[in-house]
Amino acid sequence: MKTTITTPVAEAPLRTSTAATFGALLLRDAAVVRKRLGEFIPRTILQPLLLVFVFTYVFPKIGQGVGGGGRTAEVFSTILVAGVVATSILFQGIQAVALPLVQEFGFTREIEDRVLAPLPVGLVAFEKIVSGGLQCLLAGLIVFPIAAVVPATPVHLSANWPVVVTLIPLTCLMAGAMGLMFGTLFEPRTVPMLFGVVLIPITFLGCTYYTWEALEPIRWLQVVVLVNPLVYVSEGMRGALTNTPHISLLVVYAVLIGFTVVFSVIGIRGFARRVIA
Amino acid sequence: MQRDGPVIETRALTKVYPSGVKAVDGLDLEVHAGEIFGLLGPNGAGKTTTAGMLTTRVVPTSGQAFVGGIDVVARPAAAKRLIGVVSQTNTLDRSLTVWENLYFHGRFFGMDAKRARAEADRLLDEFRLADRAGAEVLTLSGGMAQRLMAARAVMHRPSILFLDEPTAGLDPQSRIALWEILTELHTEGQTILLTTHYMEEAERYCDRVAIIDQGRIVALDSPAGLKRSIGAAGTVAVSAAGDLEALAGLLSAELSGVHGAVVVDDRVYLGVDQPTAALPAVVHVAQRHGFVVTDLSISETTLETVFIKLTGKELRE
Repeated sequence: MKTTITTPVAEAPLRTSTAATFGALLLRDAAVVRKRLGEFIPRTILQPLLLVFVFTYVFPKIGQGVGGGGRTAEVFSTILVAGVVATSILFQGIQAVALPLVQEFGFTREIEDRVLAPLPVGLVAFEKIVSGGLQCLLAGLIVFPIAAVVPATPVHLSANWPVVVTLIPLTCLMAGAMGLMFGTLFEPRTVPMLFGVVLIPITFLGCTYYTWEALEPIRWLQVVVLVNPLVYVSEGMRGALTNTPHISLLVVYAVLIGFTVVFSVIGIRGFARRVIA
Repeated sequence: MQRDGPVIETRALTKVYPSGVKAVDGLDLEVHAGEIFGLLGPNGAGKTTTAGMLTTRVVPTSGQAFVGGIDVVARPAAAKRLIGVVSQTNTLDRSLTVWENLYFHGRFFGMDAKRARAEADRLLDEFRLADRAGAEVLTLSGGMAQRLMAARAVMHRPSILFLDEPTAGLDPQSRIALWEILTELHTEGQTILLTTHYMEEAERYCDRVAIIDQGRIVALDSPAGLKRSIGAAGTVAVSAAGDLEALAGLLSAELSGVHGAVVVDDRVYLGVDQPTAALPAVVHVAQRHGFVVTDLSISETTLETVFIKLTGKELRE
């Protein structure tokens, strides 16, 4: 059992730069996602697939429910496409960032080697936002074709490309930041609360199945849901992908940038609080 | 890579947790290049907090700490380049394989892909983990996980390697294997700071030991120096019925060659020059004053003896 530790010949001194270390952290996350594509894909597509399948395939076929049949069903399918893409992106932020972090902060402390990587802890946290954002983007790309193709009735898409290529990355970043924030706020014991008390209301009251404008008859609800980030994501996606009425894109951008900043600040501070005593 | 001055230096380093607990209290410490330095003390003495402050994971309440001349509070990112850390618990990345844990660690510290691959291969060989390269880290035994954490910690060639209770919870064989590795690294000039409550390890492997209790250093010297400092070759432990404080006073007053007597946990510990020769005299003095001796034992002076002498309590509770 003799150990011989040899010093490698011609050893170049390690030159680390913050950018290189940040990139390496992203590579680590990418490796984990690649390894777990078999989990990533089903967890990403199943909920939107079922949602679209039941609401826009089953209901019209059996002549029940949302919007009835014919023209209104088409309108509904088109409304839902944007909502489904929005929900998928937002949920991915939770699944890709919040849930792993809850575990890594908790009993395993396996975040430690990344915390000890040679860059400021705030950037280790920010990397989680970026990495989460990229996974959200991937989720959006996977889900979009499903939302557009599965419905039994035609979906009327009309992409506003400048909005698509700016709004989607912004949304992804916000979802990553929200994931970081929730990941630092919740503990393994309280994760069921995250789903039951936070995510369910966000989804149901996130203007995914209806437009914000359509809430007009219930004025108080129309006002209350404005605190929900998903509302702006859904409405923004409507502006980006369809011709359905939506909240002004100017408002959408401003609010999403605001949420991104607030969530990032809370998340990065929370991260530092969890790893540094 | 000899540096001027100590590799680690702390000045009045203090940590008070929000709960009000003063874990570390005005610690002044210097660790020199190439030495194995041990922080020895009971659980809760402040060892882990001290290591935490030196490795940027605990922010000091006051005082200063320097690693390789870098202020760890002011420039944590720069300090992190110079340190390698093996913590008390298994902090391996469970989403990655054994090999990937090393590979990505190398990448975090600026290695390109080729070099990180080569170094990961080499370290797995040297730490005898090559046959587990593709395994999930959760399948490793405690000893293997500890070796992998040590390999990861030295991969970027840190100026100083920190180990927090590295052998706690390891079986004897794994403990020996880890010490072989640490000794080898030491031979190559690696500076090592470790915390432990195993006095045998501190005594056997450390060049210098700081005995720490309630956040303060109560003694600091080589293990031999610490033992010499109490001026006795061995210890006689006396169990008896009655007022032990009184017995301790009588024994140290009436016997020759006694270097202090303390009462810890229903026993009187006497530091003596000649433990064996002292036994009959101890019994004699005790009986003459009406004490019934129920048990007697002798031992060579160890760091545990030093600890008891200095703090009046046992190291392990």
